[in-house]
Amino acid sequence: MPRPMTMAEKILAAHAGLVEAHPGQLVECDVDIVLANDITAPIAIQVVEDLGAEGVFDEGKVVLVPDHYAPNKDIKSAEQTKRMRDFAHARHVAHYWEQGRAGIEHALLPEQGVVVPGDLVIGADSHTCTYGALGAFSTGVGSTDAGVAMATGRAWFRVPETSRFHLTGSLPEGVSGKDVILSIIGTIGVDGALYQSMEFSGPAVAELSMDDRLTISNMAIEAGAKAGIFEVDAVTRAYLEGRAERPWIEFHPDPDAVYAATYEIDVSKIEPMVAWPHLPSNTKPVAASREVAIDQAVIGSCTNGRMSDMRAAAEVLKGRQVAPGVRCIVIPATQAVWRQCVDEGLMDIFVDAGCAVSTPTCGPCLGGYMGILAEGERAVSSTNRNFVGRMGSPASEVYLASPATCAASAVAGHLALPSDLAPVASPKTDPATAKELA
Amino acid sequence: MNIHGKAFRYGRDVNTDVIIPARYLNTSDAKELAAHAMEDLDPGFVAAVEPGDVVVAEENFGCGSSREHAPVALKAAGVGAVIAKSYARIFYRNAIDMGLAILEAPEAVDAIRAGDIISVDTTTGEISDETTGETFHAEPFPPFITEIIEAGGLVERTRRQLAAQREA
Repeated sequence: MPRPMTMAEKILAAHAGLVEAHPGQLVECDVDIVLANDITAPIAIQVVEDLGAEGVFDEGKVVLVPDHYAPNKDIKSAEQTKRMRDFAHARHVAHYWEQGRAGIEHALLPEQGVVVPGDLVIGADSHTCTYGALGAFSTGVGSTDAGVAMATGRAWFRVPETSRFHLTGSLPEGVSGKDVILSIIGTIGVDGALYQSMEFSGPAVAELSMDDRLTISNMAIEAGAKAGIFEVDAVTRAYLEGRAERPWIEFHPDPDAVYAATYEIDVSKIEPMVAWPHLPSNTKPVAASREVAIDQAVIGSCTNGRMSDMRAAAEVLKGRQVAPGVRCIVIPATQAVWRQCVDEGLMDIFVDAGCAVSTPTCGPCLGGYMGILAEGERAVSSTNRNFVGRMGSPASEVYLASPATCAASAVAGHLALPSDLAPVASPKTDPATAKELA
Repeated sequence: MNIHGKAFRYGRDVNTDVIIPARYLNTSDAKELAAHAMEDLDPGFVAAVEPGDVVVAEENFGCGSSREHAPVALKAAGVGAVIAKSYARIFYRNAIDMGLAILEAPEAVDAIRAGDIISVDTTTGEISDETTGETFHAEPFPPFITEIIEAGGLVERTRRQLAAQREA
């Protein structure tokens, strides 16, 4: 009988061909998916070539996504996406999506059913932890690790300790997964789960949508964690139905598994949160942050660019206008989300409200392009990091919040809740727009 | 694998920016990086370090960026092993991938003094302070990690494996 194990321990043991695994143990594993993007893939590809490998270990298990500086920002980024594209074609990489069909990697892979429960995934991108929402063990690595795994299908791991986050209660109206994870990081700090796997469980999890879970797992790295894993349940299975590329294995934690810490979290007490500069742990309620005037709002990213995020933003922006002097940039995270925004009429709402809507890209989140901040400017953003200079000038500021908070703040011109806004007077189309369209 | 040299002592949270400052990251040449190892924390380090020497530090060694240049700089400067109470996660990975022996041994860290002569056996995890005669134990590396370190890093070890497979 193996020792009682957490989800992380079970998934790593299974992929190492072991009956059990314990925290601190170094194991060598077969991986199910190896991911890289246009910034990290060129270095990994160089490693594959330096190794003299004849090809990738499995054409179906290497995933390459142009998203960080794609569509190409400049000549250097064009060279990088070209290097990745040429490699993908030459090595017959099945999971490569061209700009116009792609999207932000961590929104795209779950949507396309590329990752399934029980998978062991490594990605040369720190937010690879997102797929923990699907019951996978998924973590960010360097380009050398990714390159070696592309050639061999193998990677080594140190088995992490696990901390359990036991969620109870019901989320109040207007409170999202983003508010839950900001609240948790605000409590435990940016190294609160250093090197650990965060395991989310408890009765409140059943009420969390898959989009909310993906947002929560996405930001596990902002607490220093190696992974952020949800147990597979009916919500996960419904999401995977008709989407999963492969059959899957569910790993559930043993009741007597050993945890480094257990946090009891009553989600009914969580209110909309904002992380002030310059750490994701620097959180305050939005209700206590209304004095912060903003120049820009960004709604999108691997954290919050999915369909429910677009709907939450549109619900606030419908019939309203972005405040004068504020830029509101909306970036649906994948081409499918973009299409759905058109089909549901959300694009009309965004455009009528005065938003700039972009094709999918990571662009502004990492200060790449498509919404860089000048010295002294402030943005409220549904992204994941607010470090010094993250979105542009080292003298600019980023406030992290949910899509609903970002949309309400764009209308108010300062950090605000949707309930702070004046009710929409009438559903009539703006006269100027109506005339133009007539 | 055996490592033998003198100890350099540092405190907690030694970050990747002091191990190798970002201003030198316009090169990935190991020798050039080594010339600036630990420069912003210990300007005398590069002149004093000799092959096989051991860096001993408190908690969270290597925190900060994911730059693979940090373990490369230490290794190329001559550092044979790092012994600390704990490591930042990505530095730990990168150190092993670059072939730098890296051990967790809190008791050893508390006991070892700057300048002590240290020997480390990475296969057994035994750390000896030859100056004081004390011995300590770190969790030994499993064989595949020893293979990576002895090969000089993950890329070289994988290259050898792939070559062996082709011959087989």
